[in-house]
Amino acid sequence: MSEIDLTPLQNILNPYIPLGRSGLLPALHAAQKHYGWLSQPVAAEVGKALNIPLADVHGVIEFYSLFYNEPVGEKMIRVCTDPACALKGADELLDHLCSHHKIEPGQTTPDPFDQAQGRPARTIERSPCLGLCEQAPAVLFNDEAETNIDLQTGTYELGRPPSVVYGTIRELTKNCGGETTSLNNYGKYTAFMKAQKMQPADVIAEIKAAGLVGRGGAAFPTAIKWEGAANAEGDEKYVICNADESEPGTFKDRVLLLDDPHSTIEGMCIAAHAIGAKKGYIYLRGEYPYILPVLENALTEAREAGYLGGTFDIEVRLGAGAYICGEETALFESIEGKRGFPRIKPPFPTTHGLFGKPTVINNVETLCNVPHIIEKGTDEYRKLGTEKSSGPKLFCVSGDVEKPGLYEIPFGMTLRELLEMAGCESFQAILFGGAAGAFATPEHLDVKLTFEDLREAGLPLGSGVVMVFDETRDLRDVLKRLGKFFAHESCGKCYPCQIGTQRQAEILDRIVDGKIKVGDIERLKDVGWTMTDASLCGLGQTAASAVLSAMKEFPDLFVESGK
Amino acid sequence: MTDEITLNIDGQEVTVESDKTLLDAAKEVGIDIPTICWHEATTSNGLCRICVVEVEGQRLLQPSCIVRAGAGMKVRTRSERVVRARKTILEMLASTMDLSESPEILEMMNEYGASSERFPDAERREIEVKDDNPMYLRDYSKCLLCWRCVQVCADDAQYTYAINFSGRGYETEIGTFFDRTIPESTCVFCGQCVGVCPTGALKPKREFLLEEGMSPEEITVMSSGRKQRKKMG
Repeated sequence: MSEIDLTPLQNILNPYIPLGRSGLLPALHAAQKHYGWLSQPVAAEVGKALNIPLADVHGVIEFYSLFYNEPVGEKMIRVCTDPACALKGADELLDHLCSHHKIEPGQTTPDPFDQAQGRPARTIERSPCLGLCEQAPAVLFNDEAETNIDLQTGTYELGRPPSVVYGTIRELTKNCGGETTSLNNYGKYTAFMKAQKMQPADVIAEIKAAGLVGRGGAAFPTAIKWEGAANAEGDEKYVICNADESEPGTFKDRVLLLDDPHSTIEGMCIAAHAIGAKKGYIYLRGEYPYILPVLENALTEAREAGYLGGTFDIEVRLGAGAYICGEETALFESIEGKRGFPRIKPPFPTTHGLFGKPTVINNVETLCNVPHIIEKGTDEYRKLGTEKSSGPKLFCVSGDVEKPGLYEIPFGMTLRELLEMAGCESFQAILFGGAAGAFATPEHLDVKLTFEDLREAGLPLGSGVVMVFDETRDLRDVLKRLGKFFAHESCGKCYPCQIGTQRQAEILDRIVDGKIKVGDIERLKDVGWTMTDASLCGLGQTAASAVLSAMKEFPDLFVESGK
Repeated sequence: MTDEITLNIDGQEVTVESDKTLLDAAKEVGIDIPTICWHEATTSNGLCRICVVEVEGQRLLQPSCIVRAGAGMKVRTRSERVVRARKTILEMLASTMDLSESPEILEMMNEYGASSERFPDAERREIEVKDDNPMYLRDYSKCLLCWRCVQVCADDAQYTYAINFSGRGYETEIGTFFDRTIPESTCVFCGQCVGVCPTGALKPKREFLLEEGMSPEEITVMSSGRKQRKKMG
């Protein structure tokens, strides 16, 4: 291989030097973009430039799936093999691609080499959920989405993934379903301008009265977070938009950011005013690289219009392939330039968040609700939904339905009504809430889609995932993929999750292969409950959720003697 | 002086200073909570979760090495849930790594009736011994990822930053920059990592050679010989 030319690197790294350690992920992204991968000399230069111990630089490269410390192809082909894509033939697609290029998944073609760059042509690898579930099967081809791939006809769509928006209302999705809404078309930040004339405490009171709770999965009251950060001491505070959408089956934030970036930005501006933050970050998952220029452009528009750049500004940070970074404290660590290890709580982000400072971190969909509430007022906002679950809600419908897509409905519709809209007449099971969710059965059809009704039914709303499996599907295969997903995504910090996700995946493999051992069911339960009870963060605490739910709803799948 | 508070641990009223952890509070009344990753000289990270206890009103088990004692807390250190978690964690560890030089953990397994055969056909961490420097060996098949070595090498003691992690999740290992040898790293051979290693994954070379059956004289000759060769080179 040709010698690596380090001369361009200094210029590449210069913008990140003032950021210090926090500049590590952006610097590695920039270096990898130029060289294709992160070699030892390149990584060493990054460490020297940013004054970061080399062992730590290596530790960070190793943590994130999208950083490579060996040469990979100029064409990076990441094939999603998680459940929604698997239903649409992802395994066959992966096999086809690999046999065509005569490599195994995870391998790089030996040639042809581009002599000038010293880079092989192509790498094909399995990918965890790419957030393109309604257009399955999907591939991330370099920085572009390749969707609706049909092996029979050889057709596919490449580039900006089209948004498919359905439902009964268009509140959050008012500007979604077409091209990116420019600031011109979005109009003025009228909600932000209204909020600026209000006392911060009154803004928070309005959000509280509206009953807004987080849409990322944990359903925590938004106003409580804002109040905590507003009341926390210190004048260095942060607002973060969690756009690390990685929960298998979830794609709502992709649509919101791609089609309507200004709603999120306006929501962040209002949050910043409410808590007194000067700086904000949007942490975008690494598998959405095609959203990055859309966000950068929208931020420029907002700066030019004077909404940003004065007392408050926003920076976009791109993740690098780590589901755990959707966990709020792991996300802070990642922005700080570290491995995405979740922190122990308490202390909570509202007092000790990013860089140890008071921080509000909200999901994209949550932030998109904020301008609506401020603009319309609580009474109008509460006309949608129920007393305890107010407002509009997005559902990510995928799998065995006629019309997969993003559905916006008011809280309180039944599961039956949602499925009828999606063209689903019958089903065996629904993975509800995400990989960290639970299975719904036809018995749940009349459950109302609200936090309170779902809780009573034992179904977590999670990130709004409704992944449908018809009667022909083998749910054990779904569980096997979820098991692999969690084993791949565990950060490895605490023992229950680090080892438990691995053992869980091994047992699920045996169950699918018909090689179940005596005692496996008890093992699966002990591992599952130990992860649930004793793991350090939400990932481990929910890594067995779907498995334990399947054991309850479909005990016949787990019979040791029956194979 | 910090305030004193009273809490209830396993039915006993305990009065301690309010900055004490539940682990310390339990110790004061003779209740022994097992620990693995905890060490008095390193920052507690709550990794091993073997010290978890049940606190009334909390949905999840709580790591006693971190959670502070609070007035009126009701703590159970051996509830059914606690025992299931501890036993399963121990069994999972035994299915993963070589515990042959971890007598405390083997004793814990005995106490909790944990079987080393609980997880058949489990993928184990089998890693070749790294013998790349004159001071210590690294046998990561025995490593249980307590992080102590990384911590003392960094901000908890030495500020040397020679080692960090490689991989992620189950594939995590302790490693240097691009797996360089220890002499090629920033290691200053302070020996603190070896001192805090609980499982024999890091071992002084002399101890290893003695175990291999070499006599102290042979070891001395060998190491002085190495010095001479170095000088001649």
